[in-house]
Amino acid sequence: MKVLVAMSGGVDSSVAAAELIDQGHQVVGVTMRLWGGESDTGCCSVSDVDDARRVAQQLGIDHLVFNFSEDFNKHVVAPYVQAHVDGITPNPCIECNRHLKFDRLSERARILGFDAVATGHHAQITRDAENVYHLTRGHDELKDQSYVVYMLDQTELAYTVFPVGHLTKAQVRDRAVELGLRTATKPDSQDVCFISRTGGRETFLGHRIEFRKATVVTSDGVLAGAVDALELVTIGQRKGLGLPGGGPKQFVVDVDTPNARVVIGSEDQLLRSGLAVNNVMWADQAPAIGSTVLVQCSAHGAALPALVQSLSPLVLEFEVAQRRIAPGQSVVCYDVTNSFVIGGGIADASNPKNGACL
Amino acid sequence: MSKDNLSDFVYLDHAASTPMREQAIAAMAPYMSGMYANPSGSHRFARIARKAIDEARDDVAEAIGCKAGEIVFTSGGTEGDNATIFGAARRHGGIAVCSAAEHHAVLHCVENLNGQVVAVDSTGAINVAELERVLQDPQNAGRVNVVSVMAVNNEVGSISPLRQVAKVVRANAPGAILHTDAVQATCWQDLREISKLVDVLTVSAHKFGGPKGMGVTMQRIGLEIDPLIVGGGQERDRRSGTHNVGGIMATAAALRETDSTRDAEIIRVTKLRDALVDAVMSELDDVFETVAREKRVPGIAHLCVSGCESESILFLLDEAMICASAASACASGAMEPSHVLLAMGVDAKYSAGALRMSLGHTTTEQDIDRASSALIAAVNQLRRNKTALRVSASK
Repeated sequence: MKVLVAMSGGVDSSVAAAELIDQGHQVVGVTMRLWGGESDTGCCSVSDVDDARRVAQQLGIDHLVFNFSEDFNKHVVAPYVQAHVDGITPNPCIECNRHLKFDRLSERARILGFDAVATGHHAQITRDAENVYHLTRGHDELKDQSYVVYMLDQTELAYTVFPVGHLTKAQVRDRAVELGLRTATKPDSQDVCFISRTGGRETFLGHRIEFRKATVVTSDGVLAGAVDALELVTIGQRKGLGLPGGGPKQFVVDVDTPNARVVIGSEDQLLRSGLAVNNVMWADQAPAIGSTVLVQCSAHGAALPALVQSLSPLVLEFEVAQRRIAPGQSVVCYDVTNSFVIGGGIADASNPKNGACL
Repeated sequence: MSKDNLSDFVYLDHAASTPMREQAIAAMAPYMSGMYANPSGSHRFARIARKAIDEARDDVAEAIGCKAGEIVFTSGGTEGDNATIFGAARRHGGIAVCSAAEHHAVLHCVENLNGQVVAVDSTGAINVAELERVLQDPQNAGRVNVVSVMAVNNEVGSISPLRQVAKVVRANAPGAILHTDAVQATCWQDLREISKLVDVLTVSAHKFGGPKGMGVTMQRIGLEIDPLIVGGGQERDRRSGTHNVGGIMATAAALRETDSTRDAEIIRVTKLRDALVDAVMSELDDVFETVAREKRVPGIAHLCVSGCESESILFLLDEAMICASAASACASGAMEPSHVLLAMGVDAKYSAGALRMSLGHTTTEQDIDRASSALIAAVNQLRRNKTALRVSASK
C-alpha cells in the first residue's frame, strides 16, 4: 500500500512510520503545520517539524509539510476560544482529529492517490466476521487513545492505519531506541499544543477575549466569593474561587454564564443520574434502546455502565450516579466488554438533563 | 528515469536557486586550497588573495555599472536588504517605505521599523500614484529616509516601473535613499540600467549561478548608512568580517557570465517559457497566467490553477520528477499563503492553486515538454479525484 503517515515529531508516529516500512509499504511522512502562533510544546512548533523530518531522513522516506493552519484556526482554535466564552468545555485535541487528521489530511491523501493514512495513535482497527470495522482500544491500557479518535466511521476506519496500536508505550520506545531515532526519549505531549507553557491558558485567552468577573454563590443563592474570570472556571473545580478556608469541601456545580455566576455546592450536588449527548455518530450501528454500554467521558477516565434510554437525543442513564459531565465534553460509548468504540458525541449544553438541577 | 539519479529530474525552481555556473566553481576552487589566506594580511599569500578580490570587484562594478568603491560584498540578498534599511534607520531614524509585494527580507525590515507599505497593482508592481501620495502626506514630508522597491518580483516575476518610482521619490523625498532589491533582475535585466536610477542595489549570487552565502550591494559613496555588521572594518567599514575570497571570485565569474550571455538567454528562455505556458493552458481549463507575459521577466511562469491546492500540485510534480514551487516557505518548510498574491488582489479560489515554475540557464526544451505533460496530468488527477470524493461523500 501507499501510506501517508502523519508524523508529529513524537515517538509514536516515528515508530508508526518505521512499522509501516517494515511491513513493506510505500511510505511518505507528513507533518501538518497547524499553529502559526507562539508555542513551546505540542505538535506544531518548528522543532517538532525538525524532529519529524530527521526521523523520516533516518528511515529513508520522503517528508512533506502541509500547511493546514487556516483550517486549524477555524476548526480548533476559534471554537476553543468560543467554548470558554459560552461556558462550555472545549475538546481541542478531539476537534483536531475530527477536522484535521481524519478529514483534511485524509481527504488530501485520497486526492493524492494514497491508499491509507496512518497516525501514531494508541488504538487498533479490527474487522469482524461481517467485515465491520471496529475501533478497538490500544493494546497498552494506560496509553489507549481510542477515546480521542472516536469519530471515525466505517469509511474512515477502512482508510486508516494505527501501526503502534498493538504495542505498549515501552515497546514503542524500545523500538525507537533500537532504530536510533532522536525522538526515542521525547516526553509525551501533555497540554494543548497551541498554548505555551510560560503563558498558559489564561494568557492565551486573555489576548483574545475580555474576561468577565463573576460572583460565587451557594446553591441557595448566598454570596460566597468572587472570581476574575468566569471563562476559566470549570465544573468540579475546587480551588481559586476566593472562598474562605475551613468548612466542608465545596465544588463548582454550575457555571451560569448568562448571569456571570459560579454556583458551588457539596459533592452530592455534583452527582447526576445520566446525561444527554448531541452530535452523535456511530462507528457502525446505533445500540438498541435499553441496552447497556460503557461510557467514557474523558481521555483517561473509567468507562462506566449506562443504559441507552433514547437515541435522539442520545440519553444515557448511569447504573450509579456520576459527577456531572461538563457540557461540551466528549462522551464515548464502548461495547460491554470495553474493547471497542460504538460511537460518541458531545455532552449537550442545551439539554436540561445536563443542566444544573438545583 | 530514476529518482536516485538527480540529473533525471527537471529543475524548474531557478528563482529559488539556480545551479552554479562552471566558471564560478572553477573560479572558487583555488581559493579553498592553495590560495587560502585572509586578504587583510600583510604577506605574499594575503596579497595574492587581495589582488583576486580587487579584480573581482572591478568586474562586478563593471557589470552593475558603478565604481569599484561602491561595491560591498555581503552574505546575500537578505543581508543587503537588512543592512540598507536598518542601516539608514539607525543613522537617521525617519520613515522606511516599501511596496506590499517586496520579498520578506525587505518587508519585514520595514514592518519592524513601523514603516509604510505601499499598495501594488494587479501585476504586483508598486502603485506609483499611491507611492506619490504616501511621500506627499504631510505627516511623512521630509521624514522618509529610505524607499525600497524591488526591481523584479520574486514570486510572479513582474517588473517594477523603477524609472517612475525614481522620479517620484526624487521629486517628493529628495533626502531619501532609494534602494532596490534586484535579486530577481540579474539574469534578465541589464543592471547598469537599474543602478543608474537608485542609490543602493542588492543582488544575491546564487540566483545567477554563483554560490549561496554571497551577495553584492552597490552603495553610492557618501550615503549615510550605518553598518549592520561591525568588527575588522573590511569593505571600507561598511561590512566587517573576513572576506569570503572563494565566494567573491565565484560571484564575479558568475556575474560576468550572466552579463555576457544575458541578451541571448532572454530570447532563448522567453521562447521556452511561452511554450511551457501555452502547452499547459491549451490543455487545461480554468488556469490563468498571474501576470501578463510582457509585464514579467522571461524566467518565470506563474500560474493559478483553480480547483487544486499548491501543496498537492507540488507533491504530484515531485512524484513526476519535476521541481517547482508555490510561494515562500516558512521555517517549518510549510508553504505560506502568498502575501504577493494577496496584495495583488488575486481571488483565493485561484491563489490557493498558485504555482511558480522558474527557468534558467540549464533549462532545455526537453525539460519544458516533460514539465508541461506532468503538470497537465497532475491537475487532471487532482480535479478528477476531488470530484470523485465529492460524489462518494454525497451518496
